[in-house]
Amino acid sequence: MRKKGFIYRVFDLYYDGFKHMTLGRTLWAVILVKLFIMFVILKLFFFPNFIKQNAPEGQEAEFVGQQLVDRSGE
Amino acid sequence: MTQNILMSIDASMVDWARAQFAITAIYHWLFVPLTLGLALIMGIIETIYYRTGNVFWKDAAKFWQKLFGINFAMGVATGIILEFEFGTNWSNYSWFVGDIFGAPLAIEGIVAFFMESTFVAVMFFGWKKVSKGFHLAATWLTGLGATFSAWWILVANSWMQYPVGCEFNPDTMRNEMTSFADVAFSPFAVDKFCHTVTSAWIIGALFTVAVSAWYLLKNRERQLALQSIKVAAIVGLVSSLLAAVTGDHSAYTVAKVQPMKLAAMEALYDGSEGQSLTAIAWVNPFEQPQYEEGGEPPLHIGIPHMLAFMATHDFNGFVPGVNDIIRGGYVNAQGEMEPSLGEKMRKGRVAIEALGEYRKLKAELKGEPTARQKAALDEKASVIGDNMKYFGYGYIKDAEQTVPFIPLCFYTFRIMVGLGCLFILFFAVTLFFFYKKDITKIKWWKWTAIILLPLGYIASESGWLVAEFGRQPWTIQDMLPTWIGVSNLSSNAVMLTFFIFLVLFTILLAVEISILCKQIKKGPEYSK
Repeated sequence: MRKKGFIYRVFDLYYDGFKHMTLGRTLWAVILVKLFIMFVILKLFFFPNFIKQNAPEGQEAEFVGQQLVDRSGE
Repeated sequence: MTQNILMSIDASMVDWARAQFAITAIYHWLFVPLTLGLALIMGIIETIYYRTGNVFWKDAAKFWQKLFGINFAMGVATGIILEFEFGTNWSNYSWFVGDIFGAPLAIEGIVAFFMESTFVAVMFFGWKKVSKGFHLAATWLTGLGATFSAWWILVANSWMQYPVGCEFNPDTMRNEMTSFADVAFSPFAVDKFCHTVTSAWIIGALFTVAVSAWYLLKNRERQLALQSIKVAAIVGLVSSLLAAVTGDHSAYTVAKVQPMKLAAMEALYDGSEGQSLTAIAWVNPFEQPQYEEGGEPPLHIGIPHMLAFMATHDFNGFVPGVNDIIRGGYVNAQGEMEPSLGEKMRKGRVAIEALGEYRKLKAELKGEPTARQKAALDEKASVIGDNMKYFGYGYIKDAEQTVPFIPLCFYTFRIMVGLGCLFILFFAVTLFFFYKKDITKIKWWKWTAIILLPLGYIASESGWLVAEFGRQPWTIQDMLPTWIGVSNLSSNAVMLTFFIFLVLFTILLAVEISILCKQIKKGPEYSK
């Protein structure tokens, strides 16, 4: 009998594994919900990149430099 | 002027940003040590299966791997939120650390995470698909991948505590890496990695023993419980002893590069030669003590010469207190005369002014600089470079700002060390009972094993509180205080996300505990 190729065996490992998951389904559901909340809700709405939002493109160093120098007087 | 923690919780951006980072890191650190610790336990148990061929050990390995998997899945990506916070709340800090942070985090994400993910799949799916040897290798490589991840995160954190291998570029406003090896293998990083990983192994051992003790209390899974206790207690004892040794070395490194942290940990106001180690003392937990008045805290019980030995490896070595560090004028760990705080503040202001002038000169340039302009720029750059070591002190207005909140550092250090010693005793007693008595009949031991699990987490988190509160006010030691590293955001935005995280992480934790308890109650699946 011909030995199955490496790529097939890798595919089979994952396919068979995911197909027969029991507890794993619950864990994957938690992971996916968690990732959705983090990347779609939190990142998009609550965690923008502050410097990208406030500094003109290519002027980030100037923006930070100004902050660091100005705040020394606060 | 004293700080009263209860009265000074204000709505400032800095405090909320710090609180948010703290809560995220604390929750993240509930999952990580169990991943690292259980990885070791399951690796050892599967190795026993591989060597003996006894299918009991295979079933035991599969059971602990299932619990590992639950914790791993719950913990996955909880650390990513910390990176979100860098970019939003700590934007000046994030830019300032430039490539120093980026490189370790990139390596962590690309190499370590993919390594873990690949081999985790083989570990869970591959029992009937791959050879015993390959499966065992996958199990160990899963753990190694997780540990490798930890290395790079700890390298990044260590650089915050001891910034080495870098040079500040006033054009890009970033610290640029000049030596990858200095950053990746700094003595601070090595100590932190060893101590953090060994402490995580303790958590894995405590967890395994606690679950096994519960089974014994319920009079079920006797063989699994007993054999797991044997493995975990040996791991726990060795890890606890290693944690003590690495902790001692960490204190030595901290004494050299963060003397104020050590002084805060010890509530040491005025140092001396042959300084004693404080076993216990009374420090008001809610108020910054009046360290300016000197003396020592009331009810002080010290172990003579021990702090001197820990900090300098010389029983008669000098350990500076808070007031000594502020006054300066003593020979520091680098063998140099320690400048006073006033002198550091002056140098910091010089660096900041030079930076401002440098950037102004740069902005005025029209095309290539003339020879005169270049000389002026080089002169300013040289002044910045010469004083960069104390850059952050240019923002300090008062000595009080340079002193961490002593009560928190003091008590969390004692909680961590006290519990660490207790774990050594517990694992030694466990092994004694296992080999010399019938451990299944000692009820108080079983309850102790269960109670010690949450205490293990308390010890572990306390260690991080010492490390991070002790570094205050610095986001980068001596170079960038928190109120400068933070973004100019409204505190309301940060407050909102703080409470979102509190709810989200609490739900996640409750879900994990629920799934873990359900699987533990279900017990292992034994091969026919």
